[in-house]
Amino acid sequence: MVLARLCVECASRVVFLVDRDGQTIAFHGDIGDMDTMSFSSLAAGNVAATSSMAKLIGEDVFPAVVHEGERESIFISVIGRSLLVVVFDERSTLGLVKLRTKKASFEVAAILDEAVKESTTFNASSSSVFAEITDEDIDSLFG
Amino acid sequence: MTFINYASREINCKIVYYGPGLCGKTTNLQYIYDSTAPQAKGKLISLATETDRTLFFDFMPLELGTVRGFKTRFHLYTVPGQVYYDASRKLILKGVDGVVFVADSQDERMDANIESLYNLEENLQTQGYDLMQLPYVLQLNKRDLPNVTPTDELAQELLRKDEPVFEAVATDGTGVFDTLKAVAKQVLTELRKS
Repeated sequence: MVLARLCVECASRVVFLVDRDGQTIAFHGDIGDMDTMSFSSLAAGNVAATSSMAKLIGEDVFPAVVHEGERESIFISVIGRSLLVVVFDERSTLGLVKLRTKKASFEVAAILDEAVKESTTFNASSSSVFAEITDEDIDSLFG
Repeated sequence: MTFINYASREINCKIVYYGPGLCGKTTNLQYIYDSTAPQAKGKLISLATETDRTLFFDFMPLELGTVRGFKTRFHLYTVPGQVYYDASRKLILKGVDGVVFVADSQDERMDANIESLYNLEENLQTQGYDLMQLPYVLQLNKRDLPNVTPTDELAQELLRKDEPVFEAVATDGTGVFDTLKAVAKQVLTELRKS
């Protein structure tokens, strides 16, 4: 819901929520034929690299990363262990995207905090699903 | 850390191919990419220099099928092997679920193998991992070359625990899928234990 609203409010093409290890958590918008897995992996790699560059010049972290293209641009906001990535074109502006993303990032942070709390109880009840995986299940993946 | 999406019923695991420069990490991924059906793989992304040396990482997602109703996907990464790209290597190890160490079997690369393996253990530690606890496979690559160290000598130097060891010739695919299967099985077995 938050991503969908942010997508509309920013007049953006697509909004991604990505784990800092490069996994896509969620997205909303027009992905066309975009390879979302590669996109998330590269976004995380990008933030990891710029965060390390920040440390080299005495900054703790760059909270946002911007890439401006001729038509399409990318704005990445770092929210703890996650990244909010907005892809937008000339129908929007960087100022608008920054403003709306800042607002949405507080909501996303609250949702993620809640999810972490819930996952502690959820993991305990759901781990049995994976405990039931047999050697045959694993072997069957490899034909 | 294995990323489980309960909403879309997906398991995503990260496997990193590690090893000294020019040992064949990218060649492993390239062979897997070339031999896999289009519907089971994503794009092979290579962040490489103009001379095709890995600069940051290579990446390809590989879908293996379904386990207990969960789509199982492996994200395969390589690291740059050259000693001076250590900062990049550390970053790629974040969130790793399993590691393949690709050793170059040539006599003159023994020192480079040892140095790279030491570097792996060190970089894992800085990310809070212990190689002894992590799904891990040792691949002895380039076995087709004339000047190779005998496998028992290589194993004696490079074995860290009771990890599976595979002889390989990544250029023609020998041992490539055996290596991948072995590490993937260990990752899924860890998931079962957790």
